[in-house]
Amino acid sequence: MAEHKQKTSTSASGLREWVDRRLPLSSMVKAHLTEYYAPKNFNFWYFFGSLAMLLLVMQILTGIFLTMHYKPSAAEAFASVEYIMRDVFGGNIIRYMHSTGASMFFVVIYMHMFRGVIYGSYRTPRELIWLFGVGIFLALMGEAFFGYLLPWGQMSYWGAQVITSLFGTVPFIGPDIAEWLRGDYLTADATLNRFFAFHVIALPLVLLGLVMVHLVALHEVGSNNPDGIEIKEQKDKATGIPLDGIPFHPYYTVKDIVGVVVFLMVFASIVFFAPEMGGYFLEHNNFVPANPMVTPEHIAPVWYFTPYYSILRAVPPILNSQFPGVVAMGLSVVVFAFLPWLDKSPVKSIRYRGVLYKRWLAAFVVSFVILGYLGTEPSNIWGQFGTWASGADRATVVARVFTVIYFLFFLLMPWYTARDKTKPVPERVTYK
Amino acid sequence: MSVSDSVEDKALKNNGLSFQTPSQIDQEKRQFLVAATAAVGAAGVAAAAVPFVGSMLPSERAKAAGAPVEVDISDIAPGQIKTAEWRGKPVWIINRTEAMTAELPKHNDQLSDPNCEVASQQPVYCQNADRSIKPNIGVVVGICTHLGCSPTAKLEAGGDMGSAWSGGFYCPCHGSKFDLAGRVFKGSPAPTNLVVPPHAYMDDNTIVIGVDTGMEA
Amino acid sequence: MIKKLFVLIAFLPIVAFATSGIGIESAPIDVSDQASLQRGARTFINNCLNCHSANYMRYNRLVDIGLTEKEIKENLLFAGEKVGDTMQVAMNPNDAKKWFGVAPPDLSVEVRARGVDWIYAYLRGFYKDASTPSGWNNIVFRNVAMPHVLYQLQGEQVLNEETQTLELVKPGRLNQVEYDAFVADLTNYMAYMAEPAKEQRKKLGVAVLLFLAVLLVLAKKLKAAYWKDIK
Repeated sequence: MAEHKQKTSTSASGLREWVDRRLPLSSMVKAHLTEYYAPKNFNFWYFFGSLAMLLLVMQILTGIFLTMHYKPSAAEAFASVEYIMRDVFGGNIIRYMHSTGASMFFVVIYMHMFRGVIYGSYRTPRELIWLFGVGIFLALMGEAFFGYLLPWGQMSYWGAQVITSLFGTVPFIGPDIAEWLRGDYLTADATLNRFFAFHVIALPLVLLGLVMVHLVALHEVGSNNPDGIEIKEQKDKATGIPLDGIPFHPYYTVKDIVGVVVFLMVFASIVFFAPEMGGYFLEHNNFVPANPMVTPEHIAPVWYFTPYYSILRAVPPILNSQFPGVVAMGLSVVVFAFLPWLDKSPVKSIRYRGVLYKRWLAAFVVSFVILGYLGTEPSNIWGQFGTWASGADRATVVARVFTVIYFLFFLLMPWYTARDKTKPVPERVTYK
Repeated sequence: MSVSDSVEDKALKNNGLSFQTPSQIDQEKRQFLVAATAAVGAAGVAAAAVPFVGSMLPSERAKAAGAPVEVDISDIAPGQIKTAEWRGKPVWIINRTEAMTAELPKHNDQLSDPNCEVASQQPVYCQNADRSIKPNIGVVVGICTHLGCSPTAKLEAGGDMGSAWSGGFYCPCHGSKFDLAGRVFKGSPAPTNLVVPPHAYMDDNTIVIGVDTGMEA
Repeated sequence: MIKKLFVLIAFLPIVAFATSGIGIESAPIDVSDQASLQRGARTFINNCLNCHSANYMRYNRLVDIGLTEKEIKENLLFAGEKVGDTMQVAMNPNDAKKWFGVAPPDLSVEVRARGVDWIYAYLRGFYKDASTPSGWNNIVFRNVAMPHVLYQLQGEQVLNEETQTLELVKPGRLNQVEYDAFVADLTNYMAYMAEPAKEQRKKLGVAVLLFLAVLLVLAKKLKAAYWKDIK
C-alpha cells in the first residue's frame, strides 16, 4: 500500500485531496470498492448482478439515441423505427442492442433472482435488499410492457390492448380504468404517447432509484454467498476484516470483467447474427404495422411474460369474470416478495438443505418453464395437444396443474422448509 | 525474486486473511495486464461509440432531402426573383436587369468585402464582380450571415429604403443591408456577404443548386 | 453441470421453436448473389411497385447490390423520382381499397413478417377460382384479394381438390423452371429489401466477436494474476 502511494504523482494526490475536502470520494471508493469485503467463494451465479447493472446502462444509452429518432405518434411510430433501421447511421445496431437488451435483461434478472432463491439471499438480514429487488423486477416488467408498444406493430398493439383490457376485468370500475389507462376507447395515439412517457422517463427514474437503494442496502449488510454463511461472524482480530472476505476491488472487478466479456460475446452473437432470435426477441407479426381492425391469428406475449400469462389463461372465469385469473397473474409475480417470511429453514443455502426443499424447487422450476412454454403457444392452438376423455383441453389441464404447483411452492414453504432435514453448516466458506 | 522470498513474504504479511500483498514480480505482471486490458477495452469502447456518434449525423433521409435541386429559371423575368428550397434553406435566384448589373461595381466603396475575399462565402467560380456564373443570374442563400434571419428583397432602388438605396436585401431582424449580389454594406451587423451556394447550369434554362459541375448532376 | 442444465432450460423454447416447421418448400435464394438481386429488383419495380409501395426503401440503397446511381436512374426510375426517394406507389390507397377490397400492403418488411418461404410459395401459389371476385385464389393465402399479376409468365394453374396440389392447365411464357427462378429472384430481392444492412451486420459481428475473444484472453489472464493471491 505504502509502495503504491509513493508512485502516484503529487499532482494527482493533490487533486484527490482537493476533491476529498469537498466530496467524500476516497472514503466512498474505500467503503464500496477497495475496502468492501465480499465473500471469496462467489460462483457462476454471482455474475448476474453486475451484468444487470451493465444492461441497465446499455438500455439507457441505446434508449437515449433511439429517442433522438423515434416518433411517438400512431401515424409515424412504425415508420420511424424502420427509419432508424435503414436511414440512420448505426441505427440498426443501436435498435438491435436495445431489443436484444430487453430480452437479455430478463434472462439476467431471472438468473439473478434464481441465485437469490437457491442461496437464501433474501433471508435475514437481507429482506430489504430482496424487496427492493422485487420492486426492480416489477418496474422492469412495466418498462418492458410500455416499451413493447412503441414499435407500433401488430403484436405491440394487440399486446397493449389485451393487457389494458385486463384492468377492465376489475369489478365495477374496470372499464373506466381501462379507458383511463388508454386515454381513448381503444389503444390509440394517446396510449402510445403516454406509454412513451412512462418508458423513457418515468420508469427509468424509478428503476435508477430502486437500484440505488438495492445497492445501498446490500453494502450495509454485505453479500451473501453460496454457503449462506455470514462472513462477518469470523473476523480477523487485528484488522476487523472478515476472514473469508476479499476486497471487491480489485478481486471482483477483474473477475466481473471476465463475466462481462463472456456476456458481451453472447450478446453480440444475438445482436449481429440472430436479433429476431427465431421470433422470440422480435416477433414476426410486429413487422406488420398496427391495425385496430384486424387481430393477428397468433398472438402471445414476449417470452419473458409467458409464465404469468399462462397462469392468467389457466384460471377459469368465475361468475363469468376473468378477474380471478388477473388476480392470480398478479399474485404469481408479487408472491416473490413474501419469500423472506415464508422460508423457515434453519439454513440459507441449497447446499445444506434437505431433499424435500430441493424437490419443491425442482417442481417450481419445471412449472415455470412449462408455463412459460405454454404461454408462447397461441391460445387458438392450445387445443393442438388434444383432449382427455373428459373433453378438457390438455394444454389447459397441464397449465392448471403447474399453476397449482407454482403457488404451492410458495404456500407450503413454511411447512416443508421447517420439516426438511438439513445438513450442518460449516463455520467457514468452502473455497476450492 | 525467488520462490522462497515470496513464501516468506506471504508468511510475513498473511495474518489469516484470505488475500495477501503480492510479490514484486506479481505486481509488475499485473500492471502490464491492467494496462493491456485497459488499452484494448478503451479501443473497444471507442469502436462501440462509432454507431452512437454516427447516428447523429444527417441520415439518408436528410441526405436525400438535401440532394441537389433543379430549378427552372426560364420563368424569371428580368428584375424578378424566385425562391427555391435547398437543404431546407431559401435560395434566391435573381434575374438582374442590365441596369442592376451595371450598378453593382459603383458602390464598392460602401461594402465590407467588395471583392469577395472571404472564401467561405462563395465558390471560386463566383468570386467575381457580380458573384455569379452568368452576369445577370444571381444565386444566393437567403439567410443573413448575422444571426440567421431571412432578409427581405428590396430590389427597387429608393422606395421605403431611402433615396440612397440602390436595390438589394434588407434584414428585418437587425437591419443588415446587402446589395443585389448579396454583398454586405458597411455598418451592418452582418459580418460577411451572403452565401452563394454551389450551383451549375444543366442547360440554359435550368440550374442545379448543390453541385459544382453541370451535366453530371 | 447444473448451471449448464439451467442455461439449456432457459433456451428450451427457442429449440422447440426451431424444430416446428410449417411444411412449405424452402425458397432457393442466395442473398450474396448480386445478379439475382438485381433481376429481382427490376421485377419488383416493374410489377409489384404498381400497386404496392416499399415506403422505407430508398432507390439509391440499391448500390448495396452492385448498381451505380447512374444505372438506378437510367433503368429503374420511371416517373421522375429522385434517386434518393423511397419506393412510393402511384396508386391512391383509397382507390386501391375500392378496387381490391383492401389496400395493398407496403412490402418493405413483408419478408420479416411472413418469411421468405411463404413469399416464394405465395408467388407460385395462384390458381384459377371462379368463386372469388378477382377470379384467382392462392394456396397459401386463401381468398386473397390480389389477382395473379404474373399469370402471363406462369400460365394458369388449378387446384386439385383431392391432393390439394396445383396443376398447370395453360402454360405461360416461361416454363416451370424458368418461372420458379424468376420468382426466386424476386423473393431474394424482397428478402434483401426487408433488411438491407443484414449482410453488413453479420460481417461486423465477426469483427466484434474476434475483438471480444482477444479481450477475453486478456481479461482471463488479468483475473488469474490477481486471484492467485486468494487462498
